[in-house]
Amino acid sequence: MTGGHAHGATPPARKDVSAGRLIAVLGGSGAVAGALILIAFTATDPAIQANRARRLDAAISEVLKGPARYDTLYVVGDALAPQPPAGVDPASAERVFLGHDEDGTATGFAIVAEAPGFADIIRVIFGYDPATRTLIGMKVLENKETPGLGDKIEKDSAFVTQFGGALTPLIGVKQGAGKGDSAEVDMITGATISARTVIKIINQALERLGPALAAQGATAP
Amino acid sequence: MKQSTARDDLVRGVWQENPVLVTALGLCPTLAVTNSVANSLTLGVATFFVLLASSIMVSSVRRWIPGEVRISTYILIIATFVTVADMVLAALVPDIHKALGAFIALIVVNCIILGRQEAFAGKNPVGRSALDAIGNGIGFMIAMLLMGSIREVLGAGTLLGFPIFGSNFEPWVIMVLPPGGFLTLGIILLVMSAFQQRRLRPAAASAAEPERRAA
Repeated sequence: MTGGHAHGATPPARKDVSAGRLIAVLGGSGAVAGALILIAFTATDPAIQANRARRLDAAISEVLKGPARYDTLYVVGDALAPQPPAGVDPASAERVFLGHDEDGTATGFAIVAEAPGFADIIRVIFGYDPATRTLIGMKVLENKETPGLGDKIEKDSAFVTQFGGALTPLIGVKQGAGKGDSAEVDMITGATISARTVIKIINQALERLGPALAAQGATAP
Repeated sequence: MKQSTARDDLVRGVWQENPVLVTALGLCPTLAVTNSVANSLTLGVATFFVLLASSIMVSSVRRWIPGEVRISTYILIIATFVTVADMVLAALVPDIHKALGAFIALIVVNCIILGRQEAFAGKNPVGRSALDAIGNGIGFMIAMLLMGSIREVLGAGTLLGFPIFGSNFEPWVIMVLPPGGFLTLGIILLVMSAFQQRRLRPAAASAAEPERRAA
């Protein structure tokens, strides 16, 4: 203790405290802190996981326009399999969700993909029908884009609804400059980078997963 | 006498030494997350909880903490409560937790909290420390809510998510962006100091009067 601070809280130590005591105090409080965090983690983790699963589930239903049920399929090379590749944790393996209607007919895939936007990673989920190469729906899962401008990719329903029925690969056009092509998506004035990123995320994901999705579509029961 | 001390401990942080509006501490969250009332309230409540829990903990163990390691022990205590608050918010209000992002974790480095441990809880009994923490926590919450309501009303045309203007209202978007935070805080501090000066002026004028006569 130098006591140099004008308003130091504790008076300068009267005598030297042994190093062992300092280590014991820090180590002891560290252990207690660790135990507390462990208790809090155990208590809250189920709810946190449930929240996350519920959010994903709601998003899948939204972009597939309310499927009767959906299956989780894992991407293994250029094909889809009901099991993740050997040695990969199911939670971290790349997966898509295949929706079915009441009759059990496959209606389309829900795919989660992400890329850096204007501020941070933008994560979107979109529904895709490989038979017609059109999108079913799109929802932004995560974005930190500028409030009021970039976050329109999530909040502006005029932008979001265009993705339903759009032919892929998508073409981003300036508002009102489209030629009526069904692959055209009107960008957002003032949020060009954010809007372009969403289109890019979808096009790149389909380019990457296209063969696997097409193969699955052909062999689907 | 004891009664007035307890009241002083509580009220000091709310008004005379309001951590944000008077001592200008904790400005980072005040500027960053106050773009809506819900965000302000949640961070205010989380900070309040962390401040109160840390102050009680620090003042109850203050006798056993050697001066050499007190800051690291305080930070350890604060960080523990912040982590707990972070998990509880993620479990209970996932949407708001998502909106606040890193700012919950950053409560650890909020200087109001470490400041109160260093200036008060580290050398006062548990009861007084708790009162001091409650006062400062409320003071912080008042400042957050003040900022949050002004910015949300002007910047989004809503209060707690409910529209309050007609459909012709064009949101003043800059108010929910960072510059709007600076603008709002600046105006609030301006109004605060104008009040302060008005309160001090009569006293200052009467004190200056005799000198002028003498000169």
